[in-house]
Amino acid sequence: MSILDLTAVALGKKIRSGEVTSPEAAKAVLARMKALEPVLNCYVTIDEEQTLEQAARVQKEIEEGRLTGPLAGVPVAVKDNLCTEGMRTTCCSRILENFTPAYTAEAVENLKKAGAVILGKTNMDEFAMGSTTETSAFGVTRNPWNLDHVPGGSSGGSCAAVAAGEAFYALGSDTGGSIRQPSAFCGVTGIKPTYGTVSRYGLIAYGSSLDQIGPVAKDVTDCATILEAVSSCDKKDSTSMERKDLDFTSALVEDVRGLRIGIPRDYFGEGLDSEVKEAVLKAAQVLAAKGAVVEEFDLSLVEYAIPAYYVIASAEASSNLSRFDGVKYGYRTREYEGLHSMYKKSRSQGFGPEVKRRIMLGSFVLSSGYYDAYYLKALRTKALIKQAFDRAFARFDVILGPAAPTTAPRLGESLSDPLKMYLGDIYTISVNLAGLPAMTLPCGIGSKGLPIGLQLIGDCFQEKKIIRAAYTYERTRSYQAPALDGYLAAGQPGAAGGSEPGAAGGGCPGAAGGSEPEAAETSRQAAATEQEVQ
Amino acid sequence: MANIITDETMEYVGILAKLELSPQEKEAARQDMCRMLDYIDKLNELDTSGVEPMSHVFPLENVFREDVVTNGDQRDTILKNAPQHKDGAFQVPRTVE
Amino acid sequence: MGRQYETVIGLEVHVELATKTKIFCGCSTEFGGAPNTHTCPVCTGMPGSLPVLNKQVVEYALAVGLATNCSINQHCKFDRKNYFYPDNPQNYQISQLYLPICHDGWVEIETAAGTKRIGIHEIHMEEDAGKLVHDEWEDCSLVDYNRSGVPLIEIVSEPDMRSADQVIAYLEKLRLIIQYLGASDCKLQEGSMRADVNLSVREAGALKLGTRTEMKNLNSFKAIARAIEGERQRQIELLEEGKQVVQETRRWDDNKESSHAMRSKEDAQDYRYFPDPDLVPVWISDEWIARVRAQQPEMRTQKLARYQKEFALPQYDAEILTGSKHLADVFEETVALCGRPKEVSNWLMTDAMRLLKEQEQDASALSFSPANLAKLIRLVEENVINRTVARTVFEEIFAHDIDPEAYVEAKGLKVVSDEGALQKVIQDLLAANPQSVADFKAGKEKAMGFIVGQTMRAMKGKADPAVVNKLVREMMAK
Repeated sequence: MSILDLTAVALGKKIRSGEVTSPEAAKAVLARMKALEPVLNCYVTIDEEQTLEQAARVQKEIEEGRLTGPLAGVPVAVKDNLCTEGMRTTCCSRILENFTPAYTAEAVENLKKAGAVILGKTNMDEFAMGSTTETSAFGVTRNPWNLDHVPGGSSGGSCAAVAAGEAFYALGSDTGGSIRQPSAFCGVTGIKPTYGTVSRYGLIAYGSSLDQIGPVAKDVTDCATILEAVSSCDKKDSTSMERKDLDFTSALVEDVRGLRIGIPRDYFGEGLDSEVKEAVLKAAQVLAAKGAVVEEFDLSLVEYAIPAYYVIASAEASSNLSRFDGVKYGYRTREYEGLHSMYKKSRSQGFGPEVKRRIMLGSFVLSSGYYDAYYLKALRTKALIKQAFDRAFARFDVILGPAAPTTAPRLGESLSDPLKMYLGDIYTISVNLAGLPAMTLPCGIGSKGLPIGLQLIGDCFQEKKIIRAAYTYERTRSYQAPALDGYLAAGQPGAAGGSEPGAAGGGCPGAAGGSEPEAAETSRQAAATEQEVQ
Repeated sequence: MANIITDETMEYVGILAKLELSPQEKEAARQDMCRMLDYIDKLNELDTSGVEPMSHVFPLENVFREDVVTNGDQRDTILKNAPQHKDGAFQVPRTVE
Repeated sequence: MGRQYETVIGLEVHVELATKTKIFCGCSTEFGGAPNTHTCPVCTGMPGSLPVLNKQVVEYALAVGLATNCSINQHCKFDRKNYFYPDNPQNYQISQLYLPICHDGWVEIETAAGTKRIGIHEIHMEEDAGKLVHDEWEDCSLVDYNRSGVPLIEIVSEPDMRSADQVIAYLEKLRLIIQYLGASDCKLQEGSMRADVNLSVREAGALKLGTRTEMKNLNSFKAIARAIEGERQRQIELLEEGKQVVQETRRWDDNKESSHAMRSKEDAQDYRYFPDPDLVPVWISDEWIARVRAQQPEMRTQKLARYQKEFALPQYDAEILTGSKHLADVFEETVALCGRPKEVSNWLMTDAMRLLKEQEQDASALSFSPANLAKLIRLVEENVINRTVARTVFEEIFAHDIDPEAYVEAKGLKVVSDEGALQKVIQDLLAANPQSVADFKAGKEKAMGFIVGQTMRAMKGKADPAVVNKLVREMMAK
């Protein structure tokens, strides 16, 4: 078993016991990155030197007994919309291509205090606007389970990196499903906590009222541990909540007896892939067998969440992204005539098409004469959606459903039809509107060899209930990683090899698909066989 | 399509958003916007009369700072990413006629 | 005979609050400072930064609202006002549109026709913008964000004013109230108080309001008065010519004494306000309101009465001294050090006021320390210097805040009452002016005055006049 197969918590234990050192772990990941990055493109910024320096420093502090936490010495990947002092932070946009923040996001700061070693910044949809990581200005990230498919988004780089062993865990952000959907597509576990649990200070805003930072990892134990480390009541974020129940690891209990689980019929109707449906319902049965009380119900209003979301998120984004103007930082066009020409050219050249689309929509719905009809209407709809969840949580402890209607789509398939892409977020979006905590974890593998994700939604501040349900379910399965042996030709992690199959991949869509080595093909088929424990 | 977005509207929104789209981009954006608005119009099916618009999900209020100076001079880091600066200030195209 | 027109004026007054830090970050609000030295990620709009409200801003806004008879929106919120301009680092200004902190208040002003009530539509809190300096050499502008995020309240009046005099009276009233509350120093020259004038004209007797324009860039009371007159004339001329007044924002140029429209295609004036998701609502409880009300400092009317009672000052003195919070502060601090309120009042009302007037400044420009004025008064009282010398010393205090004791010592300005020294000077003068001596002896008292004057001059004013008088009389009579 390679170091890279360890969970973050397992590695942390080995580092504390002296079995492995932090620099050893960091070197192993860096070697894996070297081998796989040419194929997968999970990262947009890697600083090997800084990583090794941090690892050495953290190792020393562990040995001196100054760092004792479960994550001390464990290498982590950070989504590129979280500011990192001295390390380029781009939101995967041309407009921030050369931006190096003067401060570090509070969530990352909290991880550093816990002894995390930062590997680099992960790829994402530009400004987190997208569900596939294809809108990144720095090339797509490929799904490690099948290179012809997207990893999901917007935290696609973070999720693919964890799945591929290019990071022991990662931070992502979730505005409409951006942690949960790519976690599902990549076969990893991710949590979007209750709004206000993790400080947004240093998170480059997309939709401020919806954005939350959360962990992506190999299992539920890791996620609970990481969430415990990053959560804080931050005086710098006015929407940060004072919570006294941040001991999420206390919920890692294998017991769902009497837990009331609701299955919203509205989540299992038209548009849901039958394989996904089957896998998710099977998971519900597993929990029922473990003693949970599972019942179907009607959540209602599901179809209104997406239009309300696009009005609110686009409106907030149009305002949040107005600061990118070529004055204080970021891209400034070379040729312009006067101030307004400088603004327009810098922004038009600096932003990609999806971002521009949402800024235009957001500016329109807020403009004079439309504010009431669109923006206020959407905020009223949001209130109704929140009420619908309140009613549901009066009856249930946890809502169980799919994370996405399908497994990961093929590259290029979604961008051709934005509206269809938006519809793919139907099960995740309402959670952000209502500020609820939710997590996804793998519950099977579809016929295409792609993972299927299960989503558990809790009431506000009830992360522990979903963690308990997820942990109990997870104990019935074993973790599966995508088969990447074909790309790790040189075998030993740490060896300089691995670039050969990668050379075929590169960052450009469609190139790698046809040239996958035979070995990868077969092992993926093997992985496609269900391995569920009864 | 139920929603008609005119070229003038696109021009106007471009001024508000400070985006200058090429004619092709503009046409694509116009069609996108019409489709999105048609879709968003679905909200009109809902009776929201008497429902308060909800901007914050949680009833959090009165989050304050005390009036104490905590920041010193950090001009160098603030200016570090500026595309153009001069004499400690951000340099921009002339703003008055 | 032409038609009669009525001018209708409403004001938007911006006041920078006297907090130590900015409205949403811990940067200093100190005026001046090298460009961008009072900035941080929040007030320069760095990606990922977030605002946190300074509680003192709410306290000051609330105090001003209560002192101007406003109703309080106990549940108030902040909204974003979206527009692109380089002095606005986020390209949105955090302000209040939908639920401003105060509304529906009033203040009373004195006019020729008696007391008039001017309505206050609302008071809201917002952040100030940075400063733009135009660089002629490189034909560019330079942005300094030191002022970005300095807290402001905007006081929006009802269109209740009818003349420049009423506008000035209203502004002076607001300034006095806010200065007394300690919520701002309200200096027009430094921009800590700024007024935008909304003006329309209508035919006398008409009920419907005319189309209004908004005038910006008014940084003195005189400029405001001139701009009102200029705009009134311009609008009347348009109407007389059968043309329409266009609703627009105009920039007043006080040197040219004319205004021009600020419109451009790029100014859509569609601010797309929406509630700021980064800030949570403010809830102002009844207890909070009661506390601010209870903590309200002594206002002018109370001070006026107290000065007459406690210091036995004439009403006239008390009115002048309380006419500026700063002047009243200087007065009280000086009295606390040296007593003698009438004497302090005299110095402030005569010498200080005269010097301010010469420099076209108001009482807020007084910058000397009360301790130095107190020392000066004591020097006079103890007869260390005489009044003539004291006047010149006061000018030094006024201009450079010098320590009068050290100054008098260094310049040798102490009163000379040594009779021997004076006798010698007088003796010489008498010898040089035998005619004066003869005139005096012939009964002309005036001749003595001449010698006294000459003696004082020879002593450069430092002689004790009583001693000089006595000696001259004695010596001339000999």
